[in-house]
Amino acid sequence: MNQRIQAGNPGAARPRALNAFVEIGADETVTILVNKSEMGQGVYTSLPMLVAEELECEWSKIRVESAPVEAVYNHTAFGIQMTGGSTSVSSEWERLRKLGAAAREMLIGAAAAIWEVDNSSCRAENGKVIHRSGKTFTYGELAAKAAALPPPQEVPLKDASAFKIIGKPMLRLDTPEKVNGRAVFGLDAKIEGMLTAVVARSPVFGGKVKSFSASKAKAVPGVKEVVQVESGVAVLGADFWSANLGRRALEVVWDEGPHAGLSTAGMREDYARLARTPGALARKEGDGEATLAKAAQKIEAEYEVPYLAHAMMEPLNCLVDLRDHSCEIWTGTQFQTVDQAAAARVAGLKPEEVKIHTLFLGGGFGRRANPHADFVTEAVQVAKAAKKPVKVVWTREDDIKGGYYRPMWYDRIRAGLDEKKNLIAWQHTVVGQSILKGSPFEKGLAHDGIDITSVEGAEDLPYEIPSILVDLHSPVLKVPVQWWRSVGHSHTGFVVESFMDEVAHAAGKDPFEFRRDLLAKHLRHKGVLELAAQKAGWGKPLPPDRARGIAIHESFGSFVAQVAEVSVNPAGKVRVHRVVCAIDCGRFVNPDMIAAQMEGGIVYGLSAALYGAITFKNGRVEQRNFNDYPVLRINEMPMVEVHIMQSQEEPGGVGEPGVPPIAAAVANAVFALTGKRIRRLPIRAEELKKG
Amino acid sequence: MISLEINGKKYDADVPPDVPLLWVIREHLKLTGTKFGCGIGMCGACTVHVDGQAQRSCILPVGDARGQKITTIEGLSDGNGLHPVQQAWIADDVPQCGYCHSGQIMAAAALLAKNPRPSDADIDRAMTGNICRCGTYQRIRRAIHRAAETMAKGGQK
Repeated sequence: MNQRIQAGNPGAARPRALNAFVEIGADETVTILVNKSEMGQGVYTSLPMLVAEELECEWSKIRVESAPVEAVYNHTAFGIQMTGGSTSVSSEWERLRKLGAAAREMLIGAAAAIWEVDNSSCRAENGKVIHRSGKTFTYGELAAKAAALPPPQEVPLKDASAFKIIGKPMLRLDTPEKVNGRAVFGLDAKIEGMLTAVVARSPVFGGKVKSFSASKAKAVPGVKEVVQVESGVAVLGADFWSANLGRRALEVVWDEGPHAGLSTAGMREDYARLARTPGALARKEGDGEATLAKAAQKIEAEYEVPYLAHAMMEPLNCLVDLRDHSCEIWTGTQFQTVDQAAAARVAGLKPEEVKIHTLFLGGGFGRRANPHADFVTEAVQVAKAAKKPVKVVWTREDDIKGGYYRPMWYDRIRAGLDEKKNLIAWQHTVVGQSILKGSPFEKGLAHDGIDITSVEGAEDLPYEIPSILVDLHSPVLKVPVQWWRSVGHSHTGFVVESFMDEVAHAAGKDPFEFRRDLLAKHLRHKGVLELAAQKAGWGKPLPPDRARGIAIHESFGSFVAQVAEVSVNPAGKVRVHRVVCAIDCGRFVNPDMIAAQMEGGIVYGLSAALYGAITFKNGRVEQRNFNDYPVLRINEMPMVEVHIMQSQEEPGGVGEPGVPPIAAAVANAVFALTGKRIRRLPIRAEELKKG
Repeated sequence: MISLEINGKKYDADVPPDVPLLWVIREHLKLTGTKFGCGIGMCGACTVHVDGQAQRSCILPVGDARGQKITTIEGLSDGNGLHPVQQAWIADDVPQCGYCHSGQIMAAAALLAKNPRPSDADIDRAMTGNICRCGTYQRIRRAIHRAAETMAKGGQK
């Protein structure tokens, strides 16, 4: 079987390229250079679908190559080459269809020139240009000539009613390589003469190497080199195992710095105190405090969620071949431009002298889009110090302890009802570290230093409430934080939708109907809410040991409602049996991959709701591997049903929007069943235990 | 020197006997389909067959694998097309990032070799040791049932 997916070859000559994204071989293969990283979300299939729809090529001839790092491959909205924010389809929706159409017109132009006929007498179909006389050329026969033609300026795009590929559940192009072991992930990369390194990093964030002795490490067979870098001490071996044994033998004395006393218990107290003081104003509707003060009934609660590691299946890694005038990198990254610039800075090269081969990512979830290019910077430093090609490998323990977590959040939230049980006031104070502050993206901070990613999903609350006040505290701590699948929504979805449930119950109303009434003017919210409720059989009887909970959340341009059906055993363990998910993501490209992303988002969110917590004691992360950072396994997998709304709206995201509602849907179901309200994640069995 | 039989071929690996089999397979024999996920036998990404049994190669010292028949994902099909589990994985579009699926497929194939018509509960029991962070579990269940049907109809084993 031919590989349909190839790692990009930066600098390759492409005489048969019709543009930066489309190349057609003499053997009729159509190579699509995909500028987004494949981390499971399906871009190596959905983006070629956009091109192929207009190119009129044969789907079976499509091959995919990861794009090199060049400005032409930058994100159409964000201006750097990157994959994130659930924007791959929405940002390429126009461009890739236009490039497919332009390439098709160039192929038609080449055929028409050979036949000396007018372009309008030719059409393209199934990888061929056909003249009305019946003469044909294949794309492979035309590509070299077509590539020399100027691209057309303006090409009309198909009407959606004529789509043959977009909107169809096409099978993924990358599956064949992923079932036979041939897919090459970052960790699988190898080049001649490379060493493998593991790095001993400070046990406390912000700590530094005070001194180290390499003699015992170097005595381990296979250890070749020990070098100091900014993050710690790297042990380089002929293979992973010798480097790993070398690191165990290495002696390092750490200056743990000022954060050696950091503890989760202390942070919780600090955050709780902050939550009771006004923060920077993120949104104000109506008169804020005054309405709440005169409310007939007040409801108040505090919610908290912990730091979370991304825990992708493939731990971080990066292979670097650094030479005098070049630096070549093989890795799985979501952040090519940032990594390239960082590598160039370390290497003392120009960014264009740094080539990045983007390989398959064994999961990303945001971790591989590091604003500081942490794992790439470190690997280039190791290669520079060792003067050898080297692959830096993170063990699972390195990965779990390595930082760049979803921030810990503490929320205080209050609501007021009038005499008629109408919700008239909502006040939400959010406390947690800013992801953007101190990063190269700090200029993205809004007024008063508000990081919108801290309050997204809270400040844009869709419910019609006369008085809304959302404010934010952004304590500065040394714990490295970063975007984690659905970013701020990962906590606001839980908090807002759990508290809305509390308010509904306080008002004596059905949680679904209460929401629906407050969303009457928000048709897309209301649409998915009603669809999920209807498909889940909301209101219909269940066995006495089960209950349903509902939640809805908008994120990344998409609207998702979920109904979870749960039971709780006498020991307090929650079991999620079924999740009905409705999504409106506007126009969509591949419905089966949307279903897959919803399934995946639900599992990711359930892992966090039921298990996930990174905690600190004496400055140290207390978790290390899947034994103490557990995640959902197949025996706990609920039946997930996904219903996609037909929509003519602009495409929204699907990678992240499945995550935010699930924790609330589950917690609301637990309340419906037990009368116990979950206000802190992960859900703790001892809080739900009978007796 | 440790002699190994992997995917029907003999290899000699010049490594100490306590090195985990995983790293010998990946780095010395250059068969990188078998993945590193946790190093403590808790995620299943490194699953291979040792004499037909699904085993975690990240915690199996290579010395203990001497003289046994080892199969990795690269050797699962017999050369005449894909194993029914692999075919089912394609038909149900199971993988997302794909990193865990070498291990998932090896665990599923070992299950079906012992239990040709597993129930959902059987699948859950056999597959609980294999983590998927992308959340493909529902499709894994579906694809194992599909593979079981194919095999029952006389498809390749």
